[in-house]
Amino acid sequence: MTHIERRTQAYDWDDLVQEDRVHESLYTDPAIFEAEMRSVFGGTWVYLAHESQIPERNDYITARLGLRPLIVTRDNEGVIRALFNRCTHRGTTLCRFEKGNKRAFQCPYHGWNFQNDGKLRGVPWPDGYAENPAHDAKFNLAQVPRVESYRGFIFATLNEAMPSLSDHLGPIKRPLDEWIDRNPGGKIIVCEANRIKYKGNWKLAYDNSGDGYHVLYSHRSLLETENRFQDEATEKGMSYYKNSPDEQPMYIQYMGNGHHFKDKRPNLQPRTGGLWAIESLHPGMEHVAEKLRSRFGAKAESFLDLAGSEPVNINIFPNLSLLGNHIQVFQPISYDETDTIWYGTKIEDVDGTMGPDVLNDINTLRMRTQEGFPNFGEVDDVTNFEQIQRGLRCREDEWIYMNRGLDIPGRIKTLEDGTLKGPATDEVFMREYIKEWKRLMKTQPKLTIRREP
Amino acid sequence: MSTTSLSRDPARYSYYVDDAAYRELIADFHRIRTEEPTVEDPAERDFFRRLVEREARLLDRLDFTGWMASYADECFYWVPSTPNGGDPRSEIAVMFDDRRRLGDRVYRLSTGFAWSQAPSSRTVRVVSNVEVFDCLNADQKLVRSNFMINEFWDDETRVLAGWAGHRFRRYDGKWKISAKQVNLLQCDQCIRNPSIIL
Repeated sequence: MTHIERRTQAYDWDDLVQEDRVHESLYTDPAIFEAEMRSVFGGTWVYLAHESQIPERNDYITARLGLRPLIVTRDNEGVIRALFNRCTHRGTTLCRFEKGNKRAFQCPYHGWNFQNDGKLRGVPWPDGYAENPAHDAKFNLAQVPRVESYRGFIFATLNEAMPSLSDHLGPIKRPLDEWIDRNPGGKIIVCEANRIKYKGNWKLAYDNSGDGYHVLYSHRSLLETENRFQDEATEKGMSYYKNSPDEQPMYIQYMGNGHHFKDKRPNLQPRTGGLWAIESLHPGMEHVAEKLRSRFGAKAESFLDLAGSEPVNINIFPNLSLLGNHIQVFQPISYDETDTIWYGTKIEDVDGTMGPDVLNDINTLRMRTQEGFPNFGEVDDVTNFEQIQRGLRCREDEWIYMNRGLDIPGRIKTLEDGTLKGPATDEVFMREYIKEWKRLMKTQPKLTIRREP
Repeated sequence: MSTTSLSRDPARYSYYVDDAAYRELIADFHRIRTEEPTVEDPAERDFFRRLVEREARLLDRLDFTGWMASYADECFYWVPSTPNGGDPRSEIAVMFDDRRRLGDRVYRLSTGFAWSQAPSSRTVRVVSNVEVFDCLNADQKLVRSNFMINEFWDDETRVLAGWAGHRFRRYDGKWKISAKQVNLLQCDQCIRNPSIIL
């Protein structure tokens, strides 16, 4: 048993996580953070990367599983692996670049050379060893034993007892499929990112990911900016939050295993072009809309919708959030520091119906729509996350509440598939995901690594 | 757009951001990135150095009205997310604004609800190494400069450093910023509270 396991075994998790509130130490205790990096970011499926980032054999991208530096490779046989970025000799990281194409990684410190399937190929002057390390499997790189993809999204876990990724995702696969399939051929390509750091615990971002209660207040500057022109025919962006959001058709749904889903699509006019009509104003949009409408007439709206921000939040515990057209990843750095990476996505003209000009116009516009929220919305949220972290220094005031909607008869409905559905501002998703967090922290899943034989 | 107005005012409608404008942007800033500056006349260099310094002063004073007025009606403000500048048609940028989105940026700060700038950052900017490129068109100059933005916000003073490219154009005898590319050293890294105008 590790030092951290022993220390955190003494915690009374049922006291720290109650039905309506959680203890501040979940956000402020470095020992709890260390335990999370094992039991959560290790003990369950964690998102690593998208297959479009390593499309060719021998492509790699560096990633993290919790704090563990990884090299995610597509090896020479095409197998996707998550290698520990740690030389088996002295512990040095082997790869210091973000991405590239390499069949082998040579340690910069003593020159040990590893294939991208993890096998040690050779070491300098092997006759200085009683037995050549390259002939001993214990010197092959450690790798994450379970790596699986769901429709291009690569996940990994150190917990061999986990069910398959597909089973673990369960009901959240439906909105995920819909999000993917709205793009031609169900294909997306990751293309650079907006990257924002905040000085706060990673769970503050996950708590926020399905939160419909904060929108009108935390994002007031964005909502006012999006609607600063009075002559627009439709209200833009998330304006539907202004009028009794719990009475709107949008909803929050808890999908099991810590995943949850905010669906704002029912608020839209159910027509082609309905999404584009509420898109806030971005560079080049009138030019592209005018050009496509004059060329394609009514059909232009379906192209324009592809550049619009899909109004969903698909949150996959613990570190993945799909919103608009973004793939957002939460990367914990320490108990009070987190990186949020908002990967952009572009589309392909899979069946040739768009042609290169339209594809270029739509993808260009899609870049501009995706830059909007990180610039004018997320910066205010992360400021509030940081100020929560600061407020929690008032240690004597111990509890953080998530009781909105609790104990109101008929407010939350249990659907046939066991998922829970409630009004948009309900905190049911926080109450439920933190139970999954507690289960992992209590059970301390057994973690293992694997090496090539 | 739903509006039937024939207005093309770039502060309100975005028609000028077309593929030709993107191609021109990429070509001009590629030149600043890769070629030798051509202007040797100290007076001309000094003229453009003063324009770059003036922009820094307006931003330090939070004089956004004056700052917006120093930009052309049809302008670009571009902070790439990759160290090689990249192609904004296929890559997300840290920021990529046309005239209207610059207006959004300034408007948001004025709402009183922009929590990331409440209170506002205080900045002092140092600009240096100003070099000027001639263009075929006598009413256009390209300028490269280095910058350090010292920013105080929320108990922390930090330095945002990098180099900027400016494309100046002359309209009715007056030089205005037609496009600015801000190349942050940490452009491809996570940045805390990236909400000031660079």
